[in-house]
Amino acid sequence: MPSEESSRASAAAQASCRPFWLALPGLLWMTLFFLVPLLLVLAISFASRGTYGGILWEFTWANYLDLLHPLYGKILGQSLWYATLTTAICFVVGFPLAYVIARSPARWQPLWLLLVMLPFWTNFLVRTYAWMIILRQDGLANHLLLALGLISEPLELLYTPAAVVIGLVYGYLPFMVLPLYVAVERLDPALVEAAWDLYASRWAVWTRVVVPLTMPGIVGGCILVFIPSIGSFITPDLLGGARSMMIGNLIQHEYLVVRDWPLGSAVSFVLMAIVMAAVVLYYRQAGGADGSSEGR
Amino acid sequence: MRPVIRPIALCLCWLWLAGGLTACGQGSGDDATGTRPVLHYFTWSDYVGPEIIREFERREQVKVVIDTFSSNEELLAKLQSGATGYDVAVPSDFMVAIMIQQGLLTELDRTELSNASTLEPHLQSLPFDPERRYSVPYLWGTVGIGYDSRIIETPPDSWSILWDPRYKGRISMLNDQREVFGAVLRSMGQSMNSTDPQVIEAAKERLLRQKPLVKTYTSDHYDQLLASGEVVLAQGWGGPVARAMADRPSIRYVVPKEGATIWADCLVVLRTAPQKRLAMRFINYLMEPAVAARTSERLRFASASRLAREMVAASTRDNPAVYPPLDQLARLEWMRDVGKGIRLYDRAWTELKMQ
Repeated sequence: MPSEESSRASAAAQASCRPFWLALPGLLWMTLFFLVPLLLVLAISFASRGTYGGILWEFTWANYLDLLHPLYGKILGQSLWYATLTTAICFVVGFPLAYVIARSPARWQPLWLLLVMLPFWTNFLVRTYAWMIILRQDGLANHLLLALGLISEPLELLYTPAAVVIGLVYGYLPFMVLPLYVAVERLDPALVEAAWDLYASRWAVWTRVVVPLTMPGIVGGCILVFIPSIGSFITPDLLGGARSMMIGNLIQHEYLVVRDWPLGSAVSFVLMAIVMAAVVLYYRQAGGADGSSEGR
Repeated sequence: MRPVIRPIALCLCWLWLAGGLTACGQGSGDDATGTRPVLHYFTWSDYVGPEIIREFERREQVKVVIDTFSSNEELLAKLQSGATGYDVAVPSDFMVAIMIQQGLLTELDRTELSNASTLEPHLQSLPFDPERRYSVPYLWGTVGIGYDSRIIETPPDSWSILWDPRYKGRISMLNDQREVFGAVLRSMGQSMNSTDPQVIEAAKERLLRQKPLVKTYTSDHYDQLLASGEVVLAQGWGGPVARAMADRPSIRYVVPKEGATIWADCLVVLRTAPQKRLAMRFINYLMEPAVAARTSERLRFASASRLAREMVAASTRDNPAVYPPLDQLARLEWMRDVGKGIRLYDRAWTELKMQ
């Protein structure tokens, strides 16, 4: 039956085509509003700047060469440090929380998850302003510490690097907890019990069973925290004070204060390259962990 | 790859959903304009009295949409990036000169601006727009130091107090390159409009030495920092310092003896304004003596209108942070467009902020 065969084949071909057409609106949207602007920023990063700002279309490497100045390296290093620290703290705080939620009775889980997400119902800027009130000299945090007798005079909290990290951890903790919850929820408790039965130490259960099996969630959470942290600018701007400029603030400064769009674009691309490199690194690690857990 | 992607995608969905719902809530207010004409007013943050705007909306049967910026540079950057649709903006003196030079402004229609002629004598003809073809001075004042007289008992009279290590971590400076460099240049006995690279380099060195003492560079909420005691010295415009006085009566304001900025924020109509006639009427309304006096009371800035000075309360008129005493004029300096020299300031400011 060749005719039936061919009609079946064409139906199959149609079926395989259909998803492509369905993707067109999305593709068009991403091309117009993501890819084109991105290429524009790339082009601007090789242009030079007019006296009052604006863009002169003369090709130059000068913007990228400018970034070799040690001060830019310092800002970059500072941003990397804040983002890494934020990710680490989010992991240490987030993992036990995710574990407890995933192991709590099933009917309570939606409530705990809702509570984790609840802050997102308020604007991020407003919540950051609230932190300014909490952290300032006569703020809530200092009153509490004084009342508990832990300190004898108010600590300097607001406008310090610590305030920036507190703000970042607060802002991005849910991004860590949710993927970890998903991963822990999928972790079969029987495997952990088996490890105990085989006389694994506490540490071995953790490093050889729990961590490898929840690795996808750990990597996902770390990526979701690290990327917005390194590019954040509201938090260091409002909580950071005079000495906590991050790369996001630098980009904002180049664009809006000194009106050097070409340099700002170059900084943006360097940031993007770093984020890409970090993501690739994380994925590699995740892949390796998956593979090795199979091997054992 | 796949096991990593799936939880990420799932979480993004949840979080975006949660965030998206709040975003929906914010958007709904803007659509209630109907067919009334809309005026777009681009001004400094914290620079409008809502009831004054509402009165204009009622009177003219229009809607006024307000957008804000927090430095002259930001205003210029946003307009240069092609932001159109704004009708009236409020640049300061030197930025008026740049905006005229860049062809961003429309000539004003004198016939619509009956209230714009009764200005304070010293604001009648300003160097950046001597015939007032493009701009009407709106509010004016000085830049000085706000300080807490309970902590700093001998009243300071010099910018050098901002370099005093006793107040480490309790000093705030404006987040404004021209003002910060202006203060240090005056303290060095130089003009705040210097374009000499060596002078600017020396000024930057001084500011780098000061930086460890500075808690934060902010142009927006140093009034709250002063009022809450977070800082005891703040470089600032008089108005916010005067507002801090209301909350903490021990706050004082001084214009240092080495000299300081005199500024005037001006009302201008943009070349791309969709509502030019309405824009003229809005400017005329803001300059109406009674309205100007109320604005002055509310924002704690001196009005450029001579008639408004007579209408404000004596406590406002006599507060040197609000109405600068006229005998100070001799040591005050106008900020000017420094042309290509702005690159020197841009670079020095970036280096200072990054350090």
